[in-house]
This record gives sequence, C-alpha cells and structure tokens, in this order.
Amino acid sequence: MNWLPKAESFKEHLAAANRIETARSRLEALSVLANAQLSFLETIQLDAALRKAPAAPDAGFEDVRLAILTASTVDHLLPPTRVAGLRRNLRIEGYAGGYGQYRQDLLNPASGLHAFKPNVVLFSLIAKDFIGAVSVSASADEAGRAIGRTVADIRDMWRRAREAFGGLVIQQSFMDVEPQLFGGLDAAVPGASSRLVAQLNAALAEAAYADSVLWLDVARAAARDGLDTWFDVVRWLQAKMEIAPQAASVYGDMVARLIAAARGHSKKCLVLDLDNTLWGGVIGDDGVEGIALGQGSAAGEAHLALQRYAKALKERGVILAVCSKNDIGIAEAAFRDHPEMLLKRGDIAAFVANWDDKVTNLRAIARQLNIGLDSLVFVDDNPMERGHVRSELPMVAVPEMPNDPAHYVRVLADAGYFEATSFTKEDRERADQYAANAEREGLMNAVGGLDAYLEQLAMTVEFGGVTPVNLARVTQLINKTNQFNTTTLRMTEPEVEALASDPKAVVLQFRLVDKFGDNGLVSVLLAGAGEPGQLNLANWVMSCRVFGRQLEEEAMNILVEAARVRSVRTLKAAYLPTAKNGVVRDLFERLGFTRVDADAGAAGEGASQWLLSVADYVARPTRIARKEPAHA
Amino acid sequence: MPDQDILAKLTGILRDLLDDESIVLAPTTMRQDVSGWDSFAYVNFIVAVEGEFGIRFQVADVEAFKTVGDIVSQITVLKG
Repeated sequence: MNWLPKAESFKEHLAAANRIETARSRLEALSVLANAQLSFLETIQLDAALRKAPAAPDAGFEDVRLAILTASTVDHLLPPTRVAGLRRNLRIEGYAGGYGQYRQDLLNPASGLHAFKPNVVLFSLIAKDFIGAVSVSASADEAGRAIGRTVADIRDMWRRAREAFGGLVIQQSFMDVEPQLFGGLDAAVPGASSRLVAQLNAALAEAAYADSVLWLDVARAAARDGLDTWFDVVRWLQAKMEIAPQAASVYGDMVARLIAAARGHSKKCLVLDLDNTLWGGVIGDDGVEGIALGQGSAAGEAHLALQRYAKALKERGVILAVCSKNDIGIAEAAFRDHPEMLLKRGDIAAFVANWDDKVTNLRAIARQLNIGLDSLVFVDDNPMERGHVRSELPMVAVPEMPNDPAHYVRVLADAGYFEATSFTKEDRERADQYAANAEREGLMNAVGGLDAYLEQLAMTVEFGGVTPVNLARVTQLINKTNQFNTTTLRMTEPEVEALASDPKAVVLQFRLVDKFGDNGLVSVLLAGAGEPGQLNLANWVMSCRVFGRQLEEEAMNILVEAARVRSVRTLKAAYLPTAKNGVVRDLFERLGFTRVDADAGAAGEGASQWLLSVADYVARPTRIARKEPAHA
Repeated sequence: MPDQDILAKLTGILRDLLDDESIVLAPTTMRQDVSGWDSFAYVNFIVAVEGEFGIRFQVADVEAFKTVGDIVSQITVLKG
C-alpha cells in the first residue's frame, strides 16, 4: 500500500472524527483517514468507527452489499475491504459466508446469504477442494477433465448467484500453495499441483470474461509480492485463513477497486508533472540537452520507463495530461526536440505548463477535458505539491512517489487506479478522439458561432439496437458515465441483454461521426415497457466528449419515431440527481417534457419526473445527418 | 522488557482491537474474562501482538496460552 502516504497521529484524528456530529462530515473525515497507510490494528479501529457512523445519504456514498462465499476464513478481510470502500465513496456492508458452506448458502433460499441480499457476490475458493483429488500420475486427459468439471461447476455457481441476487459476481483466482514435488518438472507433469492450478486459473479466467464475472487476481498479486506475503502457513493452521492478515489491506483494496470499476469510478486521466518526474533534472535550468532521459544512464532509463508505462496506459484508453511549473515553450520544446522522448506532444490531451499553482491547473485540466476532478491521478515527485493537492482537492488521487524514480512505475501500477472491467474498441481509439477534440476546439474558435461550427463538423449519427458486438461497450458506457446520466442506473451485461431482447422495450445506441473522425459509440437510451401505451426511459447516458453537439436532440427525435412505430402515446422519464449529473437537470425540460411530480421534491431531494406526449412532440432541428446500420 | 510494560502494551492492543477503554488485563486474566474476546478477536490479537513486538509465536504456543501471563512469558522468551 506504499502509494498511500503514511498515517500521522492516527489515534488523535480518529478520536476527533468520532466526535463529529454531522453524519456527512464524519464520513468524510473517516474517508480522509482511509487514504493513508494503516496498520492491521488501525484498519480494524477505522472499520469499527465506520460501522458506528450513522448513514449520510447526502455524502454521495454508494451502498454495496458484499457477500464473500468461501472455503476458508475471510472475516479478517472484511475490515480492510470496508476501509478500501471508504477510499472510493463506497459504503460496503459485508457478509462472510460460513467456512465451506457456500453451496448450501447458495442453494438454500432460507440461508443467511439469501437474507443478506447481496449485490456483489465474491467467490473466494481454494484449489485443493477442486483438484486435490487428482492423482499425480493422472494423464493429461484426466487432468484436463478435472479442470473442465471444475470450471463447469464454478460457472454453475456464478449463474445461481446471478439468478438469485442479480448484481456483480467476482471470482478470486486460485493460489498455488502446495510445495514443489519434482522441481522444474512440475510445470510439465499434468497431475502436478502447480501445473493444475495454472491451467485452472487460465481456463477459469477465460470463462469469467465470457460470463462477465470479474476476476480478482490474488495469484498474480502473490507472484508479485511473494507467496509468503499472501499465504502464511501458521495462519492457515491456526485459523484456516488462506489470505494472510498481512496481505489483507491489499486484498481489500483490490476488491474495492473491482467494485468501483464496475460502477464507473475508476480513474480516467493520468496527470504528469515534468521535471524529475517524466525526466530527471529541471529543464528550465539544465536545458533540453541537460535532462536525464533515456538510454545511457540508469536514472534516465527509469524516467523513460515511466513514459513507456504512460504510453501503454494511453493505448488502453487512459487520457494523458501534463501539469508542470515551467514556461510552456521550454516544456513543449522537450517533447519536440529531445531524441529520447517516448511521449510525444500529440499523446498529451491537455498540456498545462505555467507558473500558477497546481490546484488551479488541475481544475483547468478537468474543465478542459470535461471530466470530473475525481477522475484524475496526479503524479508529482514534489511532496509539497502532493500535499497541497491532497488537502485542497481530496477527490484527486495523488500517489506517494518514492524517492527513487526506479520505483515510480511499480507504485503507480500497484495503486490500480485504472482498473478496468472490459477493453473495447472505444478504449483503443479514445486517445486519438481526445486529440481530435482539440482540433474541433480549434475549428470552433476559427469559424465563430456554434451553429456555423456544428454545420462545418459534418456530423452523422449511426444508431441501432444492442448486438453481441457492441454489448460490452454499451454496458461500459452505462456504468462509466457519471455526468450525462439521467438516473445512474448501473447494469451488468446480462441485464442489458435481457432488456434489449424484450420486444416491448426500446434500447438504442448511437455513434457520432464527423469530419475529424469517428467518436465511437457515445450514447445509449434505455426505455422499458411501462403502463399500456407508455415507454419508461430507465436511463440515458452520453459520453462527455460529445454533449452540446445536438446529439441530445437528434437521439430524442429518433426515440420518438421509434415510439410512434410502436403506437406508444407517452414517454415517461426521471432525473435522479447525483453529485455529478447536474448537466442533465434541465434536459427533459429542454426537450419539451412536462414535469409531473406534483410538488417539487416529491420524487426525492432534487429529483424530478417528466412526461412527453408523443403526438405533440415536434422534432428538433439539428445539424446531424442519419445513417441506420443495415442490421438494425 | 519488564513484564509490567509488556502487560501494558497488551492491554493497549486489546483496548484498540475491541474498542473498549475499560479493559484491564492481569497475568491471571483468561479470554473468557473479557467480553468480546472471541476466537476471531483472539487471532486478530495474536497478529497485532506479533506485529507490535516483532516476533512470531509457534502454532503450538498459541494453542497452549491459557492466561495473559502465559503470553507475557512467551514474549519475554522470544524477545530474548
């Protein structure tokens, strides 16, 4: 957990937090404490304080009901998991199933598990229970059959969990805790434990991806930290803990990361300092030729490794930004003129180099990219800058960078800020789309006037239903979008599929193409059948890259046409406010809906309900041409 | 380290663990004398004590401890 700063005066701060009367402020104070390195005991204390803290609906925390179904003791994993949730605005209620009772728990509707009603089910199983009976002299066929049976068995449990509870299913990978038997030959003998576990993990990970089950990879973490850190034979003998207490904090953080990622709370943008971060030395003093970067010096290679990692993150869809105290000309010259620079100016979607303070500049970067401050990770070697940002902008993730740049990449990677649950075509293309957005902004300044700008963009919308090809992206957009999201109803792939295949429902996805390129699949409308003659707009999401470009209007035109074809008379919609979706507060009013919750606030604090008469709707004129794909 | 100091540290750890400032441990105290000190809290206590003193008990030690005094003597042995 070395990406978190060390805790200072933990006891005093905890006591002070416990004295706070206001529920929201207390939760926020506890969440500040969670963002530090805590000992085993401190974690338990913070967890106890969290469990005593009253509900604070106004604090913007999401409720998670996590059940761990297990074949070992996991009670010690709940406090660090709840504390890790606190780090991510998740209030996690935990349920640890009876040791080895998971099948009965799942199958028996009268079990404690069913009474608990989880919305996240985590399977924490042990390898021995599944492959322990395979003989070391088993043939490759026999070993393969045992693995096949295990995968089928576990898949069946995933299905049962999903049918009973809906929501998210997480599968923990298997650790190989057995001693070596032959030595190197273990890797080749079909019945050897290490080979069985490796093959089981490979087969199960693939099945998990196919079934939209998230993969909690403790085996990989154990390979990284050393198996002894994760599996402590004394604790196994004493208490049947397969995950050692000393690994519990990292375990909890990994669980919370997956849950947060599934709910769209992973970070989106990596903001990098320049001097002594992306390169060694101070470019303003040392000059382009004087900085340490690239082959030839060990330190130069360490900084280059960070650039390489940032570039790899960019290729998987993370936005890159620069935030540096420098003259912009000098800073950009390094990107242009230094032969060892791996990152190019075009890789950086927002480039801020000036002498303002970094808090101001991070705000500007978030504004420019149209993303929330809580989507940013800020990497800076300077502890003063880090401290300032942490205290002024607690929603920005600020990893504690080690003194030695050799460890920069490791710390950033271990922190898991960019945990993803899928990797879609849009992710692959996102970086270029942001670069194209910068060009679009240039055009807007050149032509003057929004309408002339939209005209010149030559936009086309392609729309249609949900298909197996776009299901992953549709689900990702529903779960990742925080701003243009009318109800923040989160859905799993099977749930989206089920709604899309309901003949009475209308589920539409939209791509927007313009002269600068394809923006990708950027909006999803989900409308289910309501009362006769009515469609219920369960949710509507749109990527922040495209709003304000009349796609709102054109998408509604398309929905109303679909409603008319189905003889639907009214569209019903709701706005449920969150800390981030203020951009759609007036959306339905703008589109001609009438507010119907009799007195303001009847639908909940700040919420509103809307109706649209399909017959009376007048199509909104837009600058967007249409293209309907052949298969839709 | 004198036994009294070890006892004071153990008391502090258990108070933090069970969130109960009224706990007072004596060498003769047994687990069932302290409300909330169940088997789960006992494992947590052992983990925290090992961390605090930088020692590892053997599996047999942990099973054999009957009183807080037993724990204190074993810590003294392991600290040398």
